[in-house]
Amino acid sequence: MKFKHLLTASVSALVMAAGVASAETELTVYTAVEAEDLARYAEAFNAHHPDITINWVRDSTGIITAKLLAERDNPQADVVWGLAATSLLLLKSEGMLEPYAPAGVEELDPKFVDGGDVPSWVGMDAWVASVCYNTVEAGKAGLTPPTSWQDLTDPMYAGHLIMPNPNSSGTGFLDVSSWLQMFGEEGGWEYMDALHENIARYTHSGSKPCKLAAAGEIPIGISFAFRGAKSKAAGAPLEIIVPSEGVGWDMEATAIVAGTDSPDEARTLVDFTVTREAMEMYNSGYAVVAMPGVAKPVEHFPEGLLEAMIDNDFEFAANNRAAILSEWQSRYDGKSDPK
Amino acid sequence: MTDTTNISLPEGPVIKGKLSRDDLIMRGGMIVIALYLIVTMVMPLYAMLSKSFSTYKFELSQYELQISDEEGVFSGDVTTPAKLNAALNVLSDSDLSTGSDGRMGLTQFFPDFSFRSPVMYRIRNVSDTGRFLVGSNLHTGTEWTELDSNTFRRVQMRPEKSRGISNFVNYFSTPALFNSIKNSLWIAVVSTIVTVSLAFWFAYALNRSCMRFKGVFRLVAMAPILVPSLLPGIALVYLFGNQGMINGLLFGASIYGPIGIVIGSVFFTFPHAFIIISTALAISDARLYEAAVSLRASPWRTFWTVTIPGARYGLISAAFVVFNLVITDFGLPKVIGGQFNVLAVDIYKQVIGQQNFEMGAVVSVVLVIPAILAFAIDRLVQSKQVALLSARSVPFHPTPNPKTDRIFLIYCTLVAFFIVGMLAVCQFAALIKFWPYDLSFSLNNYDFSRMDGGGWTAYFNSIRLALFTAVIGTCVIFFGAYLVEKSNGFTTGRTLFQMFAMLPMAIPGMVLGLAYIFFFNNPSNPLNPLYGTMAILVICTVTHFYTVSHLTAVTALKQMDREFESVSASLKQPTLKLFSRVTVPVCLPAVLDISIYLFVNAMTTVSAVVFLYSPKTALASVAVLNMDDAGDIAPAAAMGMMIFYTNAGARIIHLIISRGILRRTQAWRSR
Repeated sequence: MKFKHLLTASVSALVMAAGVASAETELTVYTAVEAEDLARYAEAFNAHHPDITINWVRDSTGIITAKLLAERDNPQADVVWGLAATSLLLLKSEGMLEPYAPAGVEELDPKFVDGGDVPSWVGMDAWVASVCYNTVEAGKAGLTPPTSWQDLTDPMYAGHLIMPNPNSSGTGFLDVSSWLQMFGEEGGWEYMDALHENIARYTHSGSKPCKLAAAGEIPIGISFAFRGAKSKAAGAPLEIIVPSEGVGWDMEATAIVAGTDSPDEARTLVDFTVTREAMEMYNSGYAVVAMPGVAKPVEHFPEGLLEAMIDNDFEFAANNRAAILSEWQSRYDGKSDPK
Repeated sequence: MTDTTNISLPEGPVIKGKLSRDDLIMRGGMIVIALYLIVTMVMPLYAMLSKSFSTYKFELSQYELQISDEEGVFSGDVTTPAKLNAALNVLSDSDLSTGSDGRMGLTQFFPDFSFRSPVMYRIRNVSDTGRFLVGSNLHTGTEWTELDSNTFRRVQMRPEKSRGISNFVNYFSTPALFNSIKNSLWIAVVSTIVTVSLAFWFAYALNRSCMRFKGVFRLVAMAPILVPSLLPGIALVYLFGNQGMINGLLFGASIYGPIGIVIGSVFFTFPHAFIIISTALAISDARLYEAAVSLRASPWRTFWTVTIPGARYGLISAAFVVFNLVITDFGLPKVIGGQFNVLAVDIYKQVIGQQNFEMGAVVSVVLVIPAILAFAIDRLVQSKQVALLSARSVPFHPTPNPKTDRIFLIYCTLVAFFIVGMLAVCQFAALIKFWPYDLSFSLNNYDFSRMDGGGWTAYFNSIRLALFTAVIGTCVIFFGAYLVEKSNGFTTGRTLFQMFAMLPMAIPGMVLGLAYIFFFNNPSNPLNPLYGTMAILVICTVTHFYTVSHLTAVTALKQMDREFESVSASLKQPTLKLFSRVTVPVCLPAVLDISIYLFVNAMTTVSAVVFLYSPKTALASVAVLNMDDAGDIAPAAAMGMMIFYTNAGARIIHLIISRGILRRTQAWRSR
């Protein structure tokens, strides 16, 4: 045993010596926010709190969730800033989150705050499903723009459609869970059976369908509005379509990981994430943010997106996630983009 | 009688060779390196194996329930879901096994359940290990929780950990997963046949014909070794994708699937097959050909009875190496595989997509089997090889034949065009602003900080990793090989060490990476602080590429007579001095080869490190993967080409340094 301790001590000493020695506090922050926004977020936070350094760990929603769950017995993260609420509910049900009501939480739309006595997570912004439609390629293939989810099952679109695999993409899962909520359990699976006939392939990431549509690799990609607006701004011949039945959405949210070594700094950070300034910062990319009255319209965002957001039951999504995913896999996974 | 036997001579002293200080140092060194291999390979693999048998199951007897009457008064009848299930027979035993993320509602055990009824429910865990959720709030401990009907519907049981083979049962009963085995084998076999045939004729042309530009072709054939295996995938998207430059050539077939995987696999495995076959063809005995000519055998017959048998060990070895590379590769099928599932990708999907680590471990175990088999057969065949070249052999020299030389030149030009073309397409794509709508040139795709994957930092991290791996790896591996090869006695230990050193070759990178998570991210492991550092990446990469380097070192060391050790011992010189003053300088060509091999592979490897990198240690090769994944294909191509140029640069520097050093240290070779 003594040897083991000695080894632990010497290894950690080595690792520490290798790391940068500094008096500042470093927070390890896990996130699924788009890479290009991270530097901006950290800068805004550091303008107020220069003594806290943020170490980002960024990856797609699925990978970050997997990482957090894998590290359950030995959490590496201090704070999660910008992860799907569905994933945070999963972590909450494992008892991995530290409940904390950040200063100013009462100013947020209650829909964006965890329902516990003391909220385990607080929302930042919503990311909303949409259909990216490449007008040039669709024109070449002789397609007419769809207006609803049901339209997409038209045989006309066979092989011209790409969507993310819910087993690896948060966007894919919110699509599936929204269809199950809108069309009912049975109707939802029937719809997906029909849609599956038209899908060329399923991708791993949620943004890839829209990027593929933007690049003309496929005419129609089921993705999310934010990604579509970005690609459109970059000059892609895209139209962003909001299906008439309503669209699924998930929110990016913030939480403190239970057992963090720097609880005070973690709280400072979470306090910042719900301030008006932070909300304005999210608004540059996301049309819907957690604080009512802050959001200004975002360029290239489709109209009527807010109204189309369904009344999402996050608890249903989190508690049935495993069952939905395994059902989905057994039905459609032959066609999933390998990852 | 007994008296006489008693008088016999006293027992002589047991003669035991005394270990010298040198022997002790060498044994100590060997044990240290063997321990290194045990800790960095055997133990992680064991952790993974045990993970594959760890299952999750709903323990229905773990909970107690109590139901009130219409007035909400509990009358005391305590039951358990197990009893209810036995009475109602809702669930079979197999329904109860699940993943770590499993949840199960309780209302199914109450046929007349209604969420509007005024009946109240109470639930508690029987033991402290029980867990259930109300909504998403976790309840542990044995306190009773009282709920109304509407809330009771939100109660979810959580599974408990147990051990068993149910993961394997699940795996083989899920067609989507099971199919991957067939797919993987099929792809590997097809790619192997194509690559080995192409590489054979290429090597044949270079060794047995008098065509021109052999040096150039040799150089081009080695180029694919310098890029990550997913780069050809990206090139294929640009060539044959729906917006591809020449997608008409596929006649409507989709590149996303087996076709793409096979073409890409041929590209990245070509140099490996080429080196092995070329070595086999380089040695041949001209007397056999003379005999064939004098027996009036046709060239065709000579080819089948002399050339092929002479190269058979090379061909078999090349086939198994290619098979192993293809079946364990994960980058390429991920990029271009479309709907076509293969084992290596399944591991990733299970772990990352579904957070199902147990199933990931199961697929890993399945993937290890063909890899180990291929490896074992190859070793077996190799051990049967006898020397082809005897002292009386006459080296074969090809004679010019304008017609066949021209055919070979055309063939080699086509192959070279294929290889250079793929790389050129990637470079071209990286410089285009927005394919296919805006074809102007721009450097936007090199602005990696705006993309996923870690930006330029990742690139410099990769170089750091490659340098560390090359330096540390070469030291450890060469010293280890020296100890095994040159120490005295201790046969068991040496055999064991040899076995450990061969093992990494048979372990797919993905499996190694996953095993590292299970082993190093365990808080009770004293080595846990290594998790998430550069050190673990270096350790993992050294271990992953241990075998080939070890074999190179052993081959070089075998060429040195053991008498060097005897002489140094009789001169009373410590072995370590001999090692640094004689052995290393003499073996310098091999040492340099090992270091460049480790450098290049550390730059391109994806499979093992993809589970292990942290934000501070993002890597260029992983960045290629992540950028492609997010749909940023052009930047992915740009980063892939950066890896290529870096490796090419390293190769050139390696060449210059070896020339310089070799001239000074190897002068004795040529008198």
